[in-house]
Amino acid sequence: MSQTEIKASSATLDRAAPYAFKKTMKPSTIIRWTLLFMGGILMIMPIVYLLSTSFKWSHEIYNLQIIPDEPTLDNYSFVLEDGRFYNWFFNSLIVAVSTTVSAVIFDSLVGYTLCKFKFKGKTFVFIAILSTLMIPTEMLIIPWYTMAVEFGWINSYWGIMFPGMMTAFGTFLMKQFFESVPDEFLEAARIDGLNEFQIWWSVAMPMVTPALSALAIFIFLGNWTAFIWPLIVTNDPQLYTLPVGLTTFSVEQSVEWELIMTGAALATIPTLIVFLVFQRYIIRGVVMTGLKG
Amino acid sequence: MNLYRRLSIKQKQVVWAWAFLALPVLFYVVIRFYPTFGSVLLSFQEWNLLGSRTWIGLDNYTLLFNDPVFWKVFNNTFIYLLLGTPVSLLISFIIAYNLDKVNFLHATIRALYFIPFMTSAVAMAWLWRWFYQPVPVGLFNNFLSSAGIPQLPFLKSTFSALPSVLAPAIWAGLGFQIIIFMAGLRAIPQSYYEAAQIDGVGPWTVLKEITIPLLKPTIVFLVVFSSIGFLRIFDHVFNMTTNDPGGPLNSTKPMVLMIYDTAFNAFDMGYAAAQTVVLFTILLLVSLLQLWIMRERT
Repeated sequence: MSQTEIKASSATLDRAAPYAFKKTMKPSTIIRWTLLFMGGILMIMPIVYLLSTSFKWSHEIYNLQIIPDEPTLDNYSFVLEDGRFYNWFFNSLIVAVSTTVSAVIFDSLVGYTLCKFKFKGKTFVFIAILSTLMIPTEMLIIPWYTMAVEFGWINSYWGIMFPGMMTAFGTFLMKQFFESVPDEFLEAARIDGLNEFQIWWSVAMPMVTPALSALAIFIFLGNWTAFIWPLIVTNDPQLYTLPVGLTTFSVEQSVEWELIMTGAALATIPTLIVFLVFQRYIIRGVVMTGLKG
Repeated sequence: MNLYRRLSIKQKQVVWAWAFLALPVLFYVVIRFYPTFGSVLLSFQEWNLLGSRTWIGLDNYTLLFNDPVFWKVFNNTFIYLLLGTPVSLLISFIIAYNLDKVNFLHATIRALYFIPFMTSAVAMAWLWRWFYQPVPVGLFNNFLSSAGIPQLPFLKSTFSALPSVLAPAIWAGLGFQIIIFMAGLRAIPQSYYEAAQIDGVGPWTVLKEITIPLLKPTIVFLVVFSSIGFLRIFDHVFNMTTNDPGGPLNSTKPMVLMIYDTAFNAFDMGYAAAQTVVLFTILLLVSLLQLWIMRERT
């Protein structure tokens, strides 16, 4: 799919298709809308029950009511009391932000180099990087683990982060997007006496900011919810990320479902807020990465 | 510096290119390629993480292919794939196709479908695990009993455990597929629909002759993407069966959970590495097969 098509399709994404703009309100349109709306309500029902249960007393969780009879914040104060959730939240934030910054910078640097420079071995490097996309993470986990043990990276932020510092997917994506940056701009900057690093950073990068933010959203979300690798590389509860911490916490609580739901709600609420605020950008980002990838 | 000045513009470009690539090349070699070959080599060795590694040839593979648990797990993995991919794609296509035609509160309805995609699999796995609990705890069985329908065992029966684990994975992935389908639908040129309208073609024919054929690139992408996802299912299974890893009689155990158990509970690293090599081969074959099938159908 070409650049312009993607721009067009993501620009019109907030509305229905143009051919839906007929003013006639046919009964079929009303039925379609109603069914879609009910389906949408059904889709978020699990999350509604998650939030609702986190405000219920333990004797009320058997109740099917969404609004609790006597709402309580006790679950939250119990879960947050020992400070572990703050700790895990902070760890997840550090890990996800650092990985995202690193991957976005390096992926666009490599994508730019492979797109705009001419040198021997370029195709080889590109194909080599692309070929790593076929290797599932699970295959690398055991060697990563032995590497982490050997270098003492177990129970450290670096240990959680190092596998994701660059991504082949992002490199491929950014290479595609840099194709749309005209060479004349780079040439003009070269004549103005900028060095190649400055050209990349201050001329080319600003021209692909929508792509950069799309990639950043995708990588951040992936790292924020990452589970198997943080589970393996950490065994000190101080260094757990939010998903790993949530697993341990839930296993501990075993049958205290209102507390487990509160923990799960604490892990869910931040992403919900982020989504509601940046909805348009997130959906556009998903479309851009999805269609290019 | 003097040396650099004497280079031609083209040579300077080469220097810059490799300067930019130096760190990334090192990264890909050390963090991607070296571990890949490391895993393949390890699959021919026996190693418990502490002692020394011994070469045992193909023993890990013969052990694996004679292991009834492996075949059970192999089966499960494919059931996740063969159930998950068609079901989720069908649902998301139906929703995307209709949502595309609806204008009133379009963005709001879209958000309702997309929100589950933003959640973490761990949180949702525990949420659904609560839903599946027997009366009086679990939400689903409470609904059933208030409607006078007998309870369902969900995670507790070998028959229903796997679909019960799969359901939240499908649910959470729908939002992504719907968004991609809708973008694909938008990319179909209007002129096709206008021509169909002039010819007076019915909506079913339009769907069959225009929409679906022109949507093929999107369908191929989503089929491959979601298949890989279902073949690698782990987070949901791990969290929904912590008390009985892999469900009753291993009925929910996928390959990645078997790998995790072999490596990090039994510390049989060589055996686990052999399993990862098999997983890699399956992923590769399934992707190639799907690309080939999709290419044939034009």
